[in-house]
Amino acid sequence: MAAGDELKLIGTWASPFVARPRIAFNLKGIQYEFLQEEFGKKSDLLLKSNPVQKKIPVLIHGGKPVCESLIIVEYIDQIWSSSGPSILPTDPYDRAVARFWAAYVDDKLPLQIRPFIREADEAAKAQAIEQIVAALQHLEEAFEKCSKGKSFFAGDSIGFVDIALGSLIGWLRAVEVLAGVKLFDEERIPGLAKWAERFCSSDAALGIMPETAELVEFSKALRDASRAAAPPSN
Amino acid sequence: MRNALPSFSHFLWTSSIPESSHKNRAMAAGDELKLIGNWASSFVARPRIAFNLKGIQYEFLQEEFGKKSDLLLKSNPVHKKIPVLIHGGKPVCESLVIVEYIDQIWSSSGPSILPTDPYDRAVARFWAAYVDDKLTLQFRPFIREADEAAKAQAIEQMVAALQHLEEAFEKCSKGKSFFAGDSIGFVDIALGSLIGWLRAVEVLAGVKLFDEERIPGLAKWAERFCSSDAAMGIIPEPAELVEFSKALRDAFRSAALPSN
Repeated sequence: MAAGDELKLIGTWASPFVARPRIAFNLKGIQYEFLQEEFGKKSDLLLKSNPVQKKIPVLIHGGKPVCESLIIVEYIDQIWSSSGPSILPTDPYDRAVARFWAAYVDDKLPLQIRPFIREADEAAKAQAIEQIVAALQHLEEAFEKCSKGKSFFAGDSIGFVDIALGSLIGWLRAVEVLAGVKLFDEERIPGLAKWAERFCSSDAALGIMPETAELVEFSKALRDASRAAAPPSN
Repeated sequence: MRNALPSFSHFLWTSSIPESSHKNRAMAAGDELKLIGNWASSFVARPRIAFNLKGIQYEFLQEEFGKKSDLLLKSNPVHKKIPVLIHGGKPVCESLVIVEYIDQIWSSSGPSILPTDPYDRAVARFWAAYVDDKLTLQFRPFIREADEAAKAQAIEQMVAALQHLEEAFEKCSKGKSFFAGDSIGFVDIALGSLIGWLRAVEVLAGVKLFDEERIPGLAKWAERFCSSDAAMGIIPEPAELVEFSKALRDAFRSAALPSN
């Protein structure tokens, strides 16, 4: 695959996982065709390109599919290594640290958003908030260590951990509204609170981060769909 | 090689300076290496296999059953889990992150664990992530209190995942011995490290997982992997793990935690 081959990204406007390669492409200044999936329906192209997981995002580069959001971001960083900033650090140790924290984000946060986009009782929601708060506390310490006083986890420009966590800001803010709690609390996590503002107003995130109100609205549609599908709750 | 090497003058200048001043320079292949883990963990097996492939020696610090060492808690305060690699005093955590790190630092030793081509690399990472997503959780009903329904469902999940991995093996290996081709690579390590426990589950559940009729490619690959030099001495005997699983179930029961 070469940098000039045909590029399509299958996804939706609301998915934080889809936001990740989109932010990476913005950072690298690369154009691509964005194929938006219809709500509630998986396209033939998606099913054909990701038959194992049937999930978005999927990047199709010169006809060949790349799946899993963070794997796609690493792929973009390699193929377009000469465009824009490096998304992953060059130093192997720093790279391992970045991968550790990106994996931490995926291990601890997306699951806790679930009780807000489907049927869930108040106890489940309260526990999810606890988990999110605890994870953000660890990420605050990680931010202090990784950023070394600069604007982003990766330093002067947005990098791998910034993308992994930054892509979730929209939904975390929606949860703040839905649960009536402050997650990016300037007293508890001052570094991350300011980092989140900086990330959302960056060129790389422009036009990609959904508005909080839009996601709150969309979450109603997701909860309705979950209720109508009526499987036993996980 | 992409890791930064100290310049010649830096080397001269720092040669007589105490250890603590070396803290901020890049890790080099010759620095002190310790791996915290135990004999039974599939995750710990992964960096051990990688080090074998690269012909690298390291100090293996085995954790005591039921107890987390101070070094572990200090080196991995976030997850408190094994394996942890300590290289020149700095910790690297998460088994597959450690394997990628080993591949980069010792890129000039032994075979490449990850493919050099970016697309092939993305495919390898996809299947390694798939192994961790679909297989590792399914061992749980066999190492703690669980009813027959939970165990049956776990077996179903494993069989389905191994079917997908059989297709992946056919595609990735292109007729060669391993997912990565002629030598063991990233997906081989990710899945191969689980063979001990998969065979233990075969005994515990009385089912054949590496069924030569259902998944002929993987059945032969598993034999090949276990008898390779890289895996030698690392993949535990199923009988040992079956025995160990009793200790795990007892520990779980006596901790009197509600089952998850």
